[in-house]
Amino acid sequence: MSVRITLATTVRILRQLRHDRRTIGLLLVVPVLLLTLLYFMYDNAGPTFDRIALVMLGIFPFVIMFLVTSIAMLRERTTGTLERLLTTPLGKLDLLFGYGIAFGLAAAAQAVVAVAAAYWLLGLSTIGSSGLVVLIAVLNAVLGVALGLFCSAFARTEFQAVQFLPVVVVPQLLLCGLFVPRGQMAGWLQAAADVLPLSYAVEALAQVGAHADPTGTMWRDFTVVAGAAIVALVLAAATLRRRTP
Amino acid sequence: METAIEVQSLVVERGKRRVLHGISCSIPGGSVVGLLGPSGSGKTTLIRSIVGVQIVKSGTITVLGQPAGAAALRRTVGYVTQAPSVYADLSVRENARYFAALYGLGSADADRAVADVGLADAAGQLVGNLSGGQRSRASLACAMIGAPRLLVLDEPTVGQDPVLRADLWAKFHDLAANGTTLLVSSHVMDEAGRCDRLLLIREGRLIADDTPAAIRTTAATDDLEEAFLRLIRNYEQQEKVPA
Repeated sequence: MSVRITLATTVRILRQLRHDRRTIGLLLVVPVLLLTLLYFMYDNAGPTFDRIALVMLGIFPFVIMFLVTSIAMLRERTTGTLERLLTTPLGKLDLLFGYGIAFGLAAAAQAVVAVAAAYWLLGLSTIGSSGLVVLIAVLNAVLGVALGLFCSAFARTEFQAVQFLPVVVVPQLLLCGLFVPRGQMAGWLQAAADVLPLSYAVEALAQVGAHADPTGTMWRDFTVVAGAAIVALVLAAATLRRRTP
Repeated sequence: METAIEVQSLVVERGKRRVLHGISCSIPGGSVVGLLGPSGSGKTTLIRSIVGVQIVKSGTITVLGQPAGAAALRRTVGYVTQAPSVYADLSVRENARYFAALYGLGSADADRAVADVGLADAAGQLVGNLSGGQRSRASLACAMIGAPRLLVLDEPTVGQDPVLRADLWAKFHDLAANGTTLLVSSHVMDEAGRCDRLLLIREGRLIADDTPAAIRTTAATDDLEEAFLRLIRNYEQQEKVPA
């Protein structure tokens, strides 16, 4: 692995993004629009809106970056750029971390816009700091990137790649505690929720919502999500083969 | 002249189908070698084996003294895939600068490679907006950065206009004169005469491995296309009569 090549890859991916104005617009605007929708659904600001909007600030970057990354990586495979890159001095982790950093930065811009809109325009209130919400949102985006990189190895076409959203993302959404608190679910569902990383991200956000200072539980959850992202990146590296049939 | 590529009894299977049936050949350094054959003959598979991205069943490939695909070769072998493998959503210059950065080189080297393939005027354009021929030259530019000792080019002249094609071949010979080895695949027979040496491959078997002049002499015709036809017929007759 080389820092120089990783950074060059990060810059390359950000440049690709910069040429795609419409994607940038969608990345920045869509979460704000969806939060506004929630605001009106829950009859303006209030405790229910606070709880759900806070969780959504963590879920949007996860879902969006998972989709964006799985398509971007699939394109590297199908256009032959991946095969070519693997004949150059680029290491597998240079490519994967390049994606992680580039889309992590994009997610940071997205999270700042969404969090600013949620607190200032929509009156979201949390006891903890909004900076921690941004931090957790970026970490969730990196988790989405890592899972997207891994899943793209199992798709041959864009149609297949998109199908991984219901397989990988939706069960995590259902079980993360947004719809039914994890403690109220049947034991086997709780066990399933306990091994899914998004559950920890949602719990960390709830901690920020309820406590003025970062809690031990929040940092533990944060570490679990970061660990899951690293495991997914290492698994993704294992799916990148220099030699193919 | 030292040997740049040595292939011995190479067998490759893709799925259940045997694509290369025990190919052996030796490519001298500092030359332009043409790999010719109809589409589906195994050219791309042989090229992929040489750059070390193909899983091979048996046989050995030595490239610049190292086993094909060795980590040290990633700095010295330039590879252009058949479909232009550059980023359509980046400009020509941005593509070249990214590949330069992978080799630890700066923007001056990238810009020179872009100029070398005649794309200086289109350097700021997105690759996705270029014509097919320009796109494959953009891909070629990215492989030429860093002055590789071996350039492996899979059909680089497809879709180029005749003047540009002549320019590219002149460029290939310039590079070879400076010690670079070029392996260039083509299915266009009129390009065969421009090579120092030819490999003719058909249905995964090597039918000829010689200089254009020697091939003309063996087949007793000046027309290379006709010469290949005769070589193929001879080869098929020999196959029918078991020794």
